Amino acid sequence: MGFLLWGVLPYVMVAILVGGSIWRYRYDQFGWTTRSSQLYESRLLRIASPVFHFGLLAVIAGHFFGLVIPKSWTEAVGMSQEFYHFNALFVGGVAGVCTLGGIILLIYRRRRTGPVFMATTRNDKTMYVVLVAAIAFGLWTTLASVFLGGHGHNYRETVAPWFRSLFIFRPDVAAMAAAPFAFHLHTLVGMLLFAIWPFTRLVHAFTAPLHYLFRPYIVYRSRDRQPVPGSRGRHPGWQPIGTKDRERRQP
Amino acid sequence: MKVMAQVGMVMNLDKCIGCHTCSVTCKQAWTNRAGVEYVWFNNVETRPGQGYPRRYEDQARWRGGWELNRRGRLRLRGGGRLKKLLGLFASPVQPELKDYYEPWTYDYQNLVQAPLGDDFPVARPKSLITGKDTRIEWSANWDDNLGGTAQLGHLDPVVEQVRRESEDRIKFEFEQTFMFYLPRICEHCLNPSCMASCPSGAIYKRTEDGIVLVDQDRCRGWRQCVTGCPYKKIYFNHKTGKAEKCTFCYPRVEIGLPTVCSETCVGRLRYIGIFLYDADRVTQAASAAEKDLYQAQLDLMLDPEDPAVAAAARAGGIPEDWLEAARRSPVYRLAKVYQVALPLHPEYRTMPMVWYVPPLSPVVDLLSGQGHDAEEAGNLFGAIEALRIPVEYLAGLFTAGDTQIVTGVLRRLAAMRSFMRGITLGQGADEAIAAAVGMDAAAMYEMYRLMAIAKYQERYVIPKAHVEQAHNLEEMGCSLDYDQGPGMYPSEAFGEASGKPVPVAVENFHALKQRQTGSGEVQPGELHGRVNLLNWDGRGTPPGMFPERRDTPHPATASPADGAGTAGPSPDAAGPSDHATGASGNDEDNRPREQR
Ligand code: SF4
Ligand code: SF4
Repeated sequence: MGFLLWGVLPYVMVAILVGGSIWRYRYDQFGWTTRSSQLYESRLLRIASPVFHFGLLAVIAGHFFGLVIPKSWTEAVGMSQEFYHFNALFVGGVAGVCTLGGIILLIYRRRRTGPVFMATTRNDKTMYVVLVAAIAFGLWTTLASVFLGGHGHNYRETVAPWFRSLFIFRPDVAAMAAAPFAFHLHTLVGMLLFAIWPFTRLVHAFTAPLHYLFRPYIVYRSRDRQPVPGSRGRHPGWQPIGTKDRERRQP
Repeated sequence: MKVMAQVGMVMNLDKCIGCHTCSVTCKQAWTNRAGVEYVWFNNVETRPGQGYPRRYEDQARWRGGWELNRRGRLRLRGGGRLKKLLGLFASPVQPELKDYYEPWTYDYQNLVQAPLGDDFPVARPKSLITGKDTRIEWSANWDDNLGGTAQLGHLDPVVEQVRRESEDRIKFEFEQTFMFYLPRICEHCLNPSCMASCPSGAIYKRTEDGIVLVDQDRCRGWRQCVTGCPYKKIYFNHKTGKAEKCTFCYPRVEIGLPTVCSETCVGRLRYIGIFLYDADRVTQAASAAEKDLYQAQLDLMLDPEDPAVAAAARAGGIPEDWLEAARRSPVYRLAKVYQVALPLHPEYRTMPMVWYVPPLSPVVDLLSGQGHDAEEAGNLFGAIEALRIPVEYLAGLFTAGDTQIVTGVLRRLAAMRSFMRGITLGQGADEAIAAAVGMDAAAMYEMYRLMAIAKYQERYVIPKAHVEQAHNLEEMGCSLDYDQGPGMYPSEAFGEASGKPVPVAVENFHALKQRQTGSGEVQPGELHGRVNLLNWDGRGTPPGMFPERRDTPHPATASPADGAGTAGPSPDAAGPSDHATGASGNDEDNRPREQR
């Protein structure tokens, strides 16, 4: 069981994530968008969205620190366990609360603003459930550590080694199995989230436009240029883009 | 010098009657889909007025276009690259639907299906966004004509500016002052700030013809372009989550047809042609001091007759017939040779390429209203000097406030008027009038021909896209089969029932029809009798353009009459699939004609 969960599932998840993303990138460039709803409502969005997104960026950075950088390294630079933990829990906690608060506000907005709710697909709803679960369980692990004080679980001795061992294809199943239930739950939901990632609107994160910092302002392009991979093929000419006309939809 | 070609447009505002035909046909061709109900690639604004979206010219608020930083370098008014990236999660100054309007339809069904009752059934307005009952409070042309100018005219940002500058010296009573229409499309700028704002780099300028397009596959919906464009001519499709904009009807232009808005323009006031410009100097020109911007942009346009320019153009791969088109370009003549066309808001520094001949009619109307001879050169010249309000207002629109330039243009238009009156009345050409505005009689007459007679072939000089440039334009493949071959564009006389049928136009019609019906998406049945104006060349009426005549029995009325469809080839005999289509159409008149 443990082997299946911590030895096989992660690779399945990665396969789906990578394969799914490539597939989507090749075949659904047109659907690859944030599907912003700012046009409908921007008062709440203006607060909630940055809080959520920046919180999430901090959370991702935190995961990187916690999982990728071995304990021995931080100790080598003279960072004590207590100091590390305090930081991780404090910064991580704040970031987590921001993220969770942000997404709750966003979901509230989504539910309460008529047009935004109408623009919410079933796919979106499923994604929100998983996303919120992942964030909530993650925050739970953090908060649990805080309130249990020093007795908090040191994930850097269980989850982190397991995580790193995945990359050398020798998953340290035992280490992960030793972690408490909350971590298991968070990891599982997280894996689920990554598995559905390519098939939801979350893909927009993969095309974060960092190249904007470097590209020239004015873009010239020849009519002749080959289309980008995944664009609608060179089938003849123009056809209406986008969704079917709402008014005239076939029954 | 890097010579590039740009398809440009000039609109002669004196002729615009504000009929909105251009907007409607454009909408029919491009934005008649869910998600873009509020989108008007072409809109016509009554000025003074707030425009669409409301007060879009107030760049202190909307932060569109460019500005100069302290070192005199161009900078996006909306902020630099880092700031844009930080604003990705919630675009700081994106207009909301309420700045446009909430699109609506009417519940027509209720008119015929309401149960019997004492009250007249009404068609309530329904929001196209929420589907619920709505109150119509604004639209793309709510303040049309005098609809609110007196109450809302002061909200026009240009009015505000003119007032500020004249220290309220001028009392505005617009309904007595002046009014004109301003049709607007995307400017297909040489230095587009929409493009510069796009984090994904999805907006591009075509090297061949300068048309600015959004790559729908690359756009990720970051919305920064909406803020970036000072003309607010990028719209966000709220269904697909992608930005969309005016395409200059590139599928038509590629085969030598004018845009839909031009083709259908009732006033025949739009001109399309080629500008040659020096791509290397665009940034420099856009960084000029505010008062020099108009001149800088004028200088950017190269003289196609100049052998050096032609040589550089050839070296840059511009084909020979494009050069020929550039030499005959009506837009170049209006903008640079006669200098009667002006760019809209050059102070945004995007180097717009849709120019306007400012209207003389406010002046003429006022003069004749006061009982003066509004065609006498002296009167007109005097009036242009005296009538500060129209001139200052026009300067606020077209020259970043420089009244001198506007006065110059209006004087030329006025001179043309009285010059031609002399000729018409048999008094001969008065060289003095032409000389007074720095032209000669021949040039003045030419200008008159271009502006007043405005033949179809003179208004639209559009070279076709080249086979060697665009291997996959099958229109080209078709037209190649004909004697005239590509590059012989002077022979074309599209539209307006001009002369013999032109093979290439026929071919284009079929090619376009094929490619619009071939891909499964746009089956005729799915169009529900709507006509895609992209394949209409102005001749004849394609099926479905107008509702069907009623001389064939209407199924709704015919069926009961002939006994539930037992006798004769009733319309009900149509196939089941056609039937389903017909049943779903909410407007009986729009049924596909296959059913008849
Ligand atoms: S007018 Fe057109 S090309 Fe110019 S900035 Fe706006 S959208 Fe871009
Ligand atoms: S169709 Fe022509 S005349 Fe009518 S509003 Fe448009 S530009 Fe003006």
